[in-house]
Amino acid sequence: MSEHEYVPKSKAGKWFNDRLPLLTLGAHLTDYPTPKNLNYWWTFGGILTFCLITQIVTGIVLAMHYVAHADLAFASVEHIMRDVNYGWLIRYIHSNGASMFFLAVYIHIFRSLFYGSYKSPREVIWIIGLMIYLLMMAAAFMGYVLPWGQMSFWGATVITNLFSAIPLVGDSITTWLWGAYSVDNPTLNRFFSLHYLIPFLILGLVVLHIWALHVPGNNNPVGIDIKKPSKDTVPFHPYITIKDAFALLVFMIIFAGFVFFTPNVLGHSDNYIPANPLVTPAHIVPEWYLLPFYAILRSVPDKLGGVILMFGAIFILFVLPWLDTSKVRSAVFRPIYRQFYWIFVLDVLMLGYVGAMPAEGIYLVLARVGTIYYFAHFIIVMPVVGLLEKTDPVPMSISEPVLTGGAEPSLARKVNDKV
Amino acid sequence: MIKFNIKLLVLPFFLLLISLRPLQSAEMVDPIKVDWSFKGLTGTFDRASLQRGFQVYKEVCASCHSMQYLSYRNLGEPGGPEFSEQEVKAIAASFEIEDGPDSQGEMFTRPGKPSDKFKSPYPNIQAATAANGGAYPPDMSVLVKARKGGANYIYSVLVGYEDPPPGVTLDDGVYYNKYMAGNKIKMPNNLMDGLVEYADGTESTVDQMAKDVTTFLAWAAEPELEERHRTGVKVIIYLILLTTLVYLSMKKIWSRVDTEV
Repeated sequence: MSEHEYVPKSKAGKWFNDRLPLLTLGAHLTDYPTPKNLNYWWTFGGILTFCLITQIVTGIVLAMHYVAHADLAFASVEHIMRDVNYGWLIRYIHSNGASMFFLAVYIHIFRSLFYGSYKSPREVIWIIGLMIYLLMMAAAFMGYVLPWGQMSFWGATVITNLFSAIPLVGDSITTWLWGAYSVDNPTLNRFFSLHYLIPFLILGLVVLHIWALHVPGNNNPVGIDIKKPSKDTVPFHPYITIKDAFALLVFMIIFAGFVFFTPNVLGHSDNYIPANPLVTPAHIVPEWYLLPFYAILRSVPDKLGGVILMFGAIFILFVLPWLDTSKVRSAVFRPIYRQFYWIFVLDVLMLGYVGAMPAEGIYLVLARVGTIYYFAHFIIVMPVVGLLEKTDPVPMSISEPVLTGGAEPSLARKVNDKV
Repeated sequence: MIKFNIKLLVLPFFLLLISLRPLQSAEMVDPIKVDWSFKGLTGTFDRASLQRGFQVYKEVCASCHSMQYLSYRNLGEPGGPEFSEQEVKAIAASFEIEDGPDSQGEMFTRPGKPSDKFKSPYPNIQAATAANGGAYPPDMSVLVKARKGGANYIYSVLVGYEDPPPGVTLDDGVYYNKYMAGNKIKMPNNLMDGLVEYADGTESTVDQMAKDVTTFLAWAAEPELEERHRTGVKVIIYLILLTTLVYLSMKKIWSRVDTEV
C-alpha cells in the first residue's frame, strides 16, 4: 500500500519498526494520498470516529456508577445525575451523543448513496459500514433500555416481541432473549452486558472499514478513479486532518448546544417515569433515528410481514452495489438518478415522520406509500435508471478539464461548479 | 435559467414535518406559557421563589408526594434554594428518620441529617396508592422532566381546575382539570389563596404558589441547570474561538493547493 518505503530516522525507531512496523503504518496514514476535491460531506468519517470514542469513554465512566438491576437502575441514573461529579454532563454527552452519532452516520450513508461510494471496487467498505450501522442500532436500542424508564421498558417489550413473529420457534426465541417470561431483570442485565460489548465490536469493524478504504482509496465527488499520488491528491496530513478538525469543531458546537441547552429534547419525557409493567404508555415510540424502520414495520397489517419488511429495508442495502447498474459513480453526472435520489431522501424523511405518529388514518396510508416507494427505489429505480439513463460526460481527472465525451472547456467548468 | 431542483424541496419538507408534530396531541389544551427565569441560554432560578416553592412543597404537596431522589443537603447547594447551613440542618432535623438496625438489631428513629434523603410520606407505592383512592401520587423528583410541556404543564395543571362543562359527570374523588390529559385528575385542587404564610411576606395567591412550587420542582428535576447553562456558554465560546483558529489555519494550509476548501 505504501507508495515509498518508510525508513525511521532514529536507530531505536528502526530497531522497533523492524520488529513491529507501527511507524510504517503511521507514515502510511499521514502520507495517504487523498483526492483534493473532497467536499465537507466527506468529513463525517472522522466525525463518526470521534462519536464512537466519545460514546466509549463516557460509557465506561457511566458504567462505573450505573446499576443494572430492575429495582435500582432508575435510581442509579438519578444518582449519576445528582451525586456523581459532573455525572449530568457525562450522561447528557452519552445520551445526546447517540443522537449525534446517528445524525452523522445518516449523512455519511446518504453521501455514499449520492456519490456512488458503495460501487465497485468499494463494495466491501460499504458492507462493513452497514454491519457497523446494524450494530449501532442494536447498541442504541439496548442503551435506551438501561435507564429503565417507561419508554425503556415498553420499547424493549415491543422490539423483543418482534421475534415472536417467527413461525414455530418465535415464542421460544423471545423467552430465550428475555431470560424470563417477560421483559424483566434478566433482560436488563443481558442488555447491559451486550451494550458494553457492541461498541468494541464496532471499533474492530471501524478498523476494517478504514483498512478496506485504504486499499482503493477514497471515492470523490467526481466519482472517477484517480492516480495516486498525483496532482489530484493531497497527503492526508496536514490537508485532510485540518479540514476534518474544522468540520468536527463545527459539529461539536451543535453537539454542545444540545448537551448544555436542550439535553432532553431528543428523548421522550415518559422515560423519566420509572418502568411500570402494569401501565402502557399512550404512544410507544422509539428514538428518532429508528422511526423510518418503525413506520415500515407498522405499515404491514401482518406482524411477520412487518418484521420481514423492516429487516429487509436494511438488508436490501447490502446488495445495493449489485442493484445499481450504472457505470457512472457520482450522481453529479446522473441527471435522472439525481432526481430520484432526492425523492428517496424525502421518502425516508416522511417515513420518519409517520413513524412518530399513531398508525392510523392518513399516517397509515402515508406509511404504506412510503414503504412501497422505499423498496421500489432499490428494486426498480436503481437497476432501471442505471441501464436507461444518458449520463453527462465525466472528466478524465480532477485537475484536467478533459472529458470522455469530447473536450469542451465550458462543460468542464460546469462540472466543477456542480461538484 | 431557472431549473426546478427537487433538492430544494428537502428543507421546506423537513420544516413542515417538524411543524406538524403538535398534531400528535391535538386533543390536549396547550399549557400556559410562563416566562420562567430559568428559561433560555443563561437562565437561572429565582432564589426567593425556590425557597417559597420549597415551603409550598413541604406544607402542601409533601403529605402525598415523595421526592425520594433529593437529599436535604441539596437545599443548601449552589444553584438551588441555597438555604444557609443552619437552615438546612434545622429543616432536616424537623423530620423523624428511621435508621438502623442498631447493635441490638433494632430499628430506631432519629432527627434527620442533611445527608438524609427527603422523607417519603408513605412506606411504598402500594400504601401511597391505597391512601389516595387508587391513584399513586407520583414521586416529584423528576416530574418536570417526566411530563410533556415540563414546567408550563405542571403550572397549568395546578391552576387549571374548573367546574366540569355541562354533560360531563365525574365520579367521587375525580376532579376536572382543563390541562390534564383527558381532563380528569384524582388530585384535588389543594391550592387556595392565603394557604401558606410565606416567610418573606410575599402574598400567597394561588398563582404565586403555583409558580413558586413549579420553580422548585424544575430545580429538583434539574439541579444542575445553572451550572449547565454557565458551562455551556463557556464551552460554546471556546469552541467558536478554536473553530475560527482552525479555519484560518486550514485556509493557510490549503492555499498551497489549487483547490478551494
